[in-house]
Amino acid sequence: MLDKTGIAKRIAQELQDGWYVNLGIGIPTLVANYVPEGLNVEFQSENGILGMGPFPFEGEEDADMINAGKQTVTIKPGGSIFDSVTSFAMIRGGHIQLTVLGAMEVADNGDIANWKIPGKMVKGMGGAMDLVASADNIIVAMMHTNKRGQSKLLRQCTLPITGVRCVKRIVTNLAVLDITPEGFKLIERAPGVSVDEIKNATEGRLVLEGDIPEMNL
Amino acid sequence: MDKIVADAREAIKGIENGMTLMLGGFGLCGIPENCISALVEAGTSDLTCISNNAGVDDFGLGLLLQKKQIKKMISSYVGENDEFERQMLSGELEVDLVPQGSLAARCYAAGAGIPAFFTPAGYGTEVAEGKEVRYFNGKPHILEQAFYADFAIVKAWKGDRFGNLIFKGTARNFNPAMAMAGKITIAEVEELVEPGELDPNFIHTPGVFIQRIFQGNNYEKRIEQRTVRKKD
Repeated sequence: MLDKTGIAKRIAQELQDGWYVNLGIGIPTLVANYVPEGLNVEFQSENGILGMGPFPFEGEEDADMINAGKQTVTIKPGGSIFDSVTSFAMIRGGHIQLTVLGAMEVADNGDIANWKIPGKMVKGMGGAMDLVASADNIIVAMMHTNKRGQSKLLRQCTLPITGVRCVKRIVTNLAVLDITPEGFKLIERAPGVSVDEIKNATEGRLVLEGDIPEMNL
Repeated sequence: MDKIVADAREAIKGIENGMTLMLGGFGLCGIPENCISALVEAGTSDLTCISNNAGVDDFGLGLLLQKKQIKKMISSYVGENDEFERQMLSGELEVDLVPQGSLAARCYAAGAGIPAFFTPAGYGTEVAEGKEVRYFNGKPHILEQAFYADFAIVKAWKGDRFGNLIFKGTARNFNPAMAMAGKITIAEVEELVEPGELDPNFIHTPGVFIQRIFQGNNYEKRIEQRTVRKKD
């Protein structure tokens, strides 16, 4: 089974040279720490940065340089800064090759819910609806089950959705799965996790084809 | 073309109860601190505020929320603010949550003379309820309308008496789009310079969009999440 860092490491394997990538808040942010050696990947932050760098050194924080999670960050040489209209033009216009975001639920048709729990949590969607409506390549990073042990990979989302039929791939603490017309297709198992464990933790339709390899981290 | 006003108090003259305001900023980054303080002091109420976020409990728009001066918030993300959540759940505060890209585009659209546009963001979600759907290139899109504001209030790094503005870092965010959308746009700047000092090649917001400008003071520029790394 993977921890959050493991999920981020596995997603980092999906990165390709020359890609512009938007990372959501939470586990997705960790992906930036595991970019494979030799790959040139530029991170976009939707508040207006391309070429986002690491956190600043202590004492060098700048209130005018934050990421979309409102954390102080730096910008790499060759990076650029722009306004919100331009930022979402990049996103909606299909100029960002990969979006990685967290989710509360994903349905086996690719629907995603991650912005609202009616009556409980109403923080808002931020940029998530724009991102999932436009990006061709959306990977969800999340735990396979919620804190009560219930599956987050469902036949249908129960929470208000963020976008329809948009998720391509899901990386959880248990598995890598792709969205197909037949449901969640199991691609890889996390180290030490059996197909049965994944089956038991998946409420939506699960597609099993042949031997399912273990992740190579 | 002298748009200079003395201070925030003079800049907000004409903002009345019940008006719609746009306020630039992302989180606490690039918010018009001086004008927010002046609005708190003036006690203007029943405001509709269009702003990406709603500040934190004791800073930014949170200050106006504390005094119950806001009737309605139009934002994309409103976490980090307990008083906001309390007022929303109790029904004291109306809230319209809008996808962030649509929020920016709806401000820009108003300023650019585009009354409405189709976007894929929000299709099939609560955001699409009651909105026209049309297919373009085989994909569904929803009709979103421009946001208009009686006043837009933006914060820039440097500006001149013509209203030309330059922003610094990610404090730019929603400010340029909102500057275009106000019937009257107020710019507060950290540094007011003489015309000609700003290189015309590097002006982010041309002065035509600005009606009032002043040099603010005592910028706190609070950091919401201070994240650092140690030197090796």
